[in-house]
Amino acid sequence: MKVMVIVKATRNSEAGVMPGEDLLAAMGKYNEELVKAGIMLAGDGLHPSVKGKRVRFSGNKRTVVDGPFAETKELIAGYWIWQVRSMEEAIEWVRRCPDPMPGEDAELEVRPVFEAEDFGQELTPELRAREERLRLEMERQKGQR
Amino acid sequence: MGEFEAPTRATIEAVWRIEAARLIGGLVRLVRDVDRAEDFAQGALVTALERWPEAGIPDNPGAWLMTTAKNRATDEARRRAMMDGRHRELERTTTPWTTFDVESLDEIIGDDVLRLVFIACHPILSRDARVALTLRLVAGLSTAEIARAFLTTEVTVAQRIVRSKRTLAEAKVPFEVPTGEDLHARIPPILEVVYLIFNEGYAATAGDDWLRPELCDEALRLGRILVGLVPGEAEAHGLLALMELQASRARARVGPRGEPVLLAEQDRTLWDRLLITRGLSALHRAEAIRRPLGPYTLQAAIAACHAVATRLEDTDWRRVLALYDALVELTGSPVVELNRAVAVAMADGPAEGLSLVDALSDHPVLQGYHLLPAVRGDLLSRLGRSAEAEVAFDEAAGLATNARERKLLRARAEACARRSRPSE
Repeated sequence: MKVMVIVKATRNSEAGVMPGEDLLAAMGKYNEELVKAGIMLAGDGLHPSVKGKRVRFSGNKRTVVDGPFAETKELIAGYWIWQVRSMEEAIEWVRRCPDPMPGEDAELEVRPVFEAEDFGQELTPELRAREERLRLEMERQKGQR
Repeated sequence: MGEFEAPTRATIEAVWRIEAARLIGGLVRLVRDVDRAEDFAQGALVTALERWPEAGIPDNPGAWLMTTAKNRATDEARRRAMMDGRHRELERTTTPWTTFDVESLDEIIGDDVLRLVFIACHPILSRDARVALTLRLVAGLSTAEIARAFLTTEVTVAQRIVRSKRTLAEAKVPFEVPTGEDLHARIPPILEVVYLIFNEGYAATAGDDWLRPELCDEALRLGRILVGLVPGEAEAHGLLALMELQASRARARVGPRGEPVLLAEQDRTLWDRLLITRGLSALHRAEAIRRPLGPYTLQAAIAACHAVATRLEDTDWRRVLALYDALVELTGSPVVELNRAVAVAMADGPAEGLSLVDALSDHPVLQGYHLLPAVRGDLLSRLGRSAEAEVAFDEAAGLATNARERKLLRARAEACARRSRPSE
């Protein structure tokens, strides 16, 4: 499964406070581990919201709003996309992440990404049942050899 | 470390899957025996399942597991040495695992995973054995999961693994990681295993056993780990590129009724652009390392031609054809020649493609291969020869092993029938 790991913004990240040498080194090593483990698909840091813009959709109206935006807690400072076997694995990797916002409370959110097998759900039970019968039949035959 | 809830079994197993390869690889280096290494590793897992729910997951789970496993190994070594007191001297010289070096833990640990990969994919083992051992030791899958993935019984898989370990022990395969030319020569069996696992997952469509798409993921993961371990091997990058590019089409390959959708008909907006980007990047690395290109890299280059074409009509068929020419020359495979004929048909017209397919129709390897009459049917259909196309599609349907493909081929036969006999 794929997950997006979202690093929430903080006062410091919104103020453009850059990570210190220690954190950069620790994050570099961490990202290396993710790549070596074969799970790292993508990842980036985002500029503070002062550099961003929003487009609001309301009916036919489109409104462009300049940053910065007030609700720091709901803003995103960075993200990763990982390929993992389960949410438990994702959480375990997040647990090993160096504290991304030293001196402040930080939050990382993990969200599963929609994938191919999430679609066509209506057909799955019937097809699954058929495949299961086929598999059991094959097992039975092999057991008889 | 923060305050977490007591870890569940699922969490501990997730940790196991993360740490298994490095743990077993490191233990193999120390005890010089695959079976014992796995045994000590599994013992450490059992201890973790007992202790961690109360104590929480340690800060460095890998080190914890390794220390626990090593302690068990040391205890057993001491016990054996004491029981065979008279043979103590002999044991010290002939069985190095009885006294091993604490310092060796500081050796380059990265080598341990590579060590394990080379052992699991040793050419002395059969392909099935290599696959089972790789999934078990490197990917950390359980016997049950491996059995389900390959539609076989747990007993079969368990026996296969036991026999493989015995074969490795009897052959006294060295545990040192090969270097230089030796290393290069040992790469193809590894690539074969990884691609086999990928194809097991890729051939299955959505709605099949839930483990199947995860097999693709597992193979991709192994492929990514591999390029990290042997970054100088062009074909490792080539294989990864091929898998990333093929996997990018997963969502488009299955239709709303579970039917397979051919490349030419796929909705390309459903292609995963992240995987395409990664695949093209890996291909670039493979091409930069080594010319002439190897078979996986060539296949990846062909897949890349499709990946970069926004619509079917934008495909650079001349380039596809040139790549197939190289692939045919490299492999001499009639299946590749058949694929090349399809590319010829796209580049130079169906009549040209058909004459090539007809020339292949007596090839012994292709007898009973359903794609031969399927391709014939498609080309005849494009030439307006509907009656002959219907016969070919029916033949293909009869040979197809996959129920969904069979259904698709019969549907094509019927469509041809309607065209050739419109008045009925």
